[in-house]
Amino acid sequence: MHELSITQSVVDEVRSRAGERRVHRVRLEVGALTAVVPSSMLFCFDLVTAGTVLEGAALDIDVTPGRAACRSCGVSFDLPDPVLLCACGSADVSVLAGRELKIVSMEVG
Amino acid sequence: MTLEQNVLAKNDAIARDNRAWLRKRDAVALNLMSSPGSGKTTLLERTLTALARSRPAAVIEGDQATSLDAERLRRTGAPVVQVNTGAGCHLDAALVRSALTQLDPKTGSVVFVENVGNLVCPAMFDLGEQRKVVVISVTEGTDKPLKYPYMFAAADLVVVNKLDLLPYVDFDLELCVKHARSVNPDLTLLTLSATTGEGLDTWLNWVAAQ
Ligand SMILES: [Zn+2]
Repeated sequence: MHELSITQSVVDEVRSRAGERRVHRVRLEVGALTAVVPSSMLFCFDLVTAGTVLEGAALDIDVTPGRAACRSCGVSFDLPDPVLLCACGSADVSVLAGRELKIVSMEVG
Repeated sequence: MTLEQNVLAKNDAIARDNRAWLRKRDAVALNLMSSPGSGKTTLLERTLTALARSRPAAVIEGDQATSLDAERLRRTGAPVVQVNTGAGCHLDAALVRSALTQLDPKTGSVVFVENVGNLVCPAMFDLGEQRKVVVISVTEGTDKPLKYPYMFAAADLVVVNKLDLLPYVDFDLELCVKHARSVNPDLTLLTLSATTGEGLDTWLNWVAAQ
């Protein structure tokens, strides 16, 4: 359950920016190729925000799909999981997207 | 309010500090990860014994509660600092920083970080290590790399342990290597038996090269 400490990091960061202001919404970008389960984060978020300026805030998680480029045939393709295999049979691919883990924005006031 | 802030930025900054701190001492840290029962502690015992003559070594032992492994490793004569993570399922850079301060490793040391036994959570956290090593054994499934792809994707080296048991178990080494490379084409793999010592030289040479 590393989602707990990751969610705690999100909340710490948001709290340090929000100060005394109430936080209503936090938006995250989570890559499909990170070992983060969004539903676990949603569960942890309610626990971690209890009694803080984030209590009751909504957590939006945008999952960025995985994307890779093949070095053998030059094609770019979607990567549904971390298995790096191009349709041409080559495993010599570079990951272009899907490893993001970012706080995109927050709503305060 | 737009932030565009990396969630693990704080951890990663501490990890960079750890790396610089180690570099100043001409020391390296190797982050050892595995499922419980892979034989990681036995491998470490043999490694520390073998290194005793050639290079200073030390251990940061991450465990959820017990200090049994730390006591086993202390018998090799190497300094060991135990970090109990409690409910935490992984080490993070801040835990490693305080362990390093306590450990105060000698110049030129190799610091083995024995991470908490699980193949999911530790994959996310940079500790400031030089290399990430995953230890699996032939008594685990051939498809381990596909079940825990994030860990194998993050690793620099995979050690396949308990090679002496290969004739007795249903483990397809070639297929396992293929699975591991399918999530990480740049992976280095080596096979050994920490019990018999077979293949241990290759591992020790790899450690020496870090
Ligand atoms: Zn291709």
